[in-house]
Amino acid sequence: MMRRMMLAAAMLLGLGMAADALAQARVVRWAASGDPNTLDPHSQNVGTVSMVLRQIYDPLIARNQRLGLEPGLALSWTQVEPNRWRFVLRQGVKFHEGEDFSAEDVVFSITRALAPTSNFGIFVDTIERAEAVDRFTVDIVTKTVDPILPNKLASIFMVSKGWSERHNATRPQNTRQREEMHTVRNTNGTGAFRMTAREPDVRTVLSRNPDWWGWREAGNVGNVTEIQFRPIASDATRVAALLSGEVDFVLDPPIQDLNRLRNAPNTRVVEGPEVRTLFIAMDTFRDELLYSDVRGRNPLRDLRVRQALYHAIDIAAIQRTIMRGQSVPTGTLFPEQVQGFVREEDVRLPFDAARARALLAEAGYPKGFEITLDCSNNRYVNDEQICQAIAAMWARVGVRTRLNSMPIAPFFAKIQRDDTSIFMLGWGVPTLDGLYSFQSLLATRNGAQGDGIWNHGRYSNPQMDALVQRMKTQQGAERQAAMREALRLYREDVPHIPLHHQVVPWAMRSNIQMPHMANNEPQFRWAVVN
Amino acid sequence: MFSFIVSRLLQALPVMLVVSFISFAMFAYVGDPVAIMLGQDFTEAQRQALITDLGLDKPFFVQFLSFLGNAAQGEFGLSYRLSRPVAELIAERAPATLELALCAAIVALAVGVPMGVYTGLYRNSWLSRFFLTFSLVGVSLPTFLIGILLILTFSVWLGWLPSFGRGDVVRLGWWSTGFLTWGGLKALILPAITLGLFQLTLIMRLVRSEMMEVLRTDYIKFARARGLPNRAVHFGHALKNTLVPVITIAGLQLGAIIAFAIVTETVFQWPGMGLLFIQSVGSADIPVMAAYLMMIALVFVTINLVVDLLYYAVDPRLRIGRGKGH
Repeated sequence: MMRRMMLAAAMLLGLGMAADALAQARVVRWAASGDPNTLDPHSQNVGTVSMVLRQIYDPLIARNQRLGLEPGLALSWTQVEPNRWRFVLRQGVKFHEGEDFSAEDVVFSITRALAPTSNFGIFVDTIERAEAVDRFTVDIVTKTVDPILPNKLASIFMVSKGWSERHNATRPQNTRQREEMHTVRNTNGTGAFRMTAREPDVRTVLSRNPDWWGWREAGNVGNVTEIQFRPIASDATRVAALLSGEVDFVLDPPIQDLNRLRNAPNTRVVEGPEVRTLFIAMDTFRDELLYSDVRGRNPLRDLRVRQALYHAIDIAAIQRTIMRGQSVPTGTLFPEQVQGFVREEDVRLPFDAARARALLAEAGYPKGFEITLDCSNNRYVNDEQICQAIAAMWARVGVRTRLNSMPIAPFFAKIQRDDTSIFMLGWGVPTLDGLYSFQSLLATRNGAQGDGIWNHGRYSNPQMDALVQRMKTQQGAERQAAMREALRLYREDVPHIPLHHQVVPWAMRSNIQMPHMANNEPQFRWAVVN
Repeated sequence: MFSFIVSRLLQALPVMLVVSFISFAMFAYVGDPVAIMLGQDFTEAQRQALITDLGLDKPFFVQFLSFLGNAAQGEFGLSYRLSRPVAELIAERAPATLELALCAAIVALAVGVPMGVYTGLYRNSWLSRFFLTFSLVGVSLPTFLIGILLILTFSVWLGWLPSFGRGDVVRLGWWSTGFLTWGGLKALILPAITLGLFQLTLIMRLVRSEMMEVLRTDYIKFARARGLPNRAVHFGHALKNTLVPVITIAGLQLGAIIAFAIVTETVFQWPGMGLLFIQSVGSADIPVMAAYLMMIALVFVTINLVVDLLYYAVDPRLRIGRGKGH
């Protein structure tokens, strides 16, 4: 009897201790459709990579919950000369493997991001070199005046010089190598979480770094002790895993399942705008379109035709039926989170089929014409359906539209050869500054870093090019004026037909509090699990 | 015997060559890996450097020949997507696919053969009719739908089985197995059923028709006339004689199970070779796709060879045909 009671007591005690351990271990099982292809911090500039690396590595300048700039590994930064920025570094920071963080790591990281094999060129394009002034002060010298350098540096992670040299990884990985580089599967950051297990395409486990400098700062209230990241490619399976309680957080739930997830007892959906804008771009360069029945002239060079195609689109119907409310229709190039946004310029040409027909007739196409719309079918939310709807809307005003939709790999290859007449593209702005969009999408292609590299309609307007030059060098009110003027020109000249900004929903178990981020990168240092 | 094997191997060689050529030629159309690898920001100079790096500026046949030369040595280069050696990637994923395929084959045989025998013997019972209707469902429903229905039932509603992944795996040297843990075994059930269902119904229908055929033959009538018990007639004589074609088909289907695990692996996020292939298609990762297709071709060629050898062992006429008979 006594023994049995002792046993029961021991078991109760054991249970209590187990419950205690459970209460302290706050694990978040996180699923998304894609796995990071590499963990090298300067190799691939894509969301699936940076969303994981951002938990592990810190940049000099971090972003807060509203994507504003805040001190990261740098405590302060000032433009001491037009071409020289000075950064004062945080002291006492250690890398996960024990190395001290200092100025030489910053110089090394910037140099590494400047290497030819780096995919982060656009964020360091103006940088001439970085210099260590003393152990905790770094100067970055730019080739030209760069007013938005801090915005760009928020995307450059800091790595340890000693660690990289020890593992022969002083440059980002290179495809020419025959062997795998250490940084492809290993990390050593200063961030809130450190990686403890990694099986590519299966799971990645990150554990809380109790020594992270940020836990002492206000606002970092997260209590997550472990993140288990599991890629699940199939939409239905990802949702099922959330509903059955096998995962806690789904970054990219399919929108047809949102209502179900909202109504399920243990899950909820948090949504917010994403900094990604969908638009239709047009070939305004060639004298004759590649994919049209119009011979001897290019209808898309005529402003009236571009306006007609714009007027023909019923964006409210697309928002209601295809996007199920999950989009913000727009008449401009980027959303309000982006520096340079001007609300008065965010005005659409109204949906007006009669006006569209009249404009087409005026331009000399009373019977319309034929054209092929190129479209991706696995990149943006419901991209193929959007294109189908647009093709039908254009057909209604007489522009017979053939839809050519394909997966992202052949689609990008096709438009990068400029082998298109009209296509739909979605554009994110990682620097959160309007220059990035104007420079890549609307500047005339001239071989310089960034200028017109995604301008596959080859829109070219000297006025726009001049404005882009002003944005690159001017500051303050002058720069904002250039931005405003460029947005007005964008609206008048119709080089694109803007459609909408994407809204990204995140789905999670009800016991998780997680602030929504417009760059679609969750920050687990702010996540609270109850 | 030896010359038979050699001649078979010589026949297999051109098959492999043709497969490698077709798969390599196909990749010219799946998309441009350069566009995927460069991402959103790049200069023309970077693009050209990458093209030269990857050897994509060389003529098609030069690319193909260098690919063949490397492939013959088991060297498929570095994956464009993951920057890791392709051979290593495939070796890492192979255990998952092979274990899944094995379980699916076992499910198909262990359930399909008894069901086939039953429906062959009791053609008009209601259970036979149920089995036949069920087999129609198995043949006609697409794999991904079966998988999703199973997930919905057993993971979301009942909460018994995991909806994705391999569960806990144990590493035995370079092989990772899910057979040794409870979680790993549980994770195997749904994918194995999904993958094996089509083969199950196929085997069931095959066994059924073979049984009906055999039951009409004279030696069965003779066995019955001798007064042998039903059990001995059905299993000792009838079933034994139906199994030869069943084993042949099952062997050939094993190749199909491995090759078509792609869909099942995608639905269940099963970290096998099929999933690797699908992900590689998405990013135009040519080295991985080429290696995978070559490997599948090799699996089929090998299985065909083994089946041929089995025939050789089973069917005396083949030996006589070569002039070595008694």
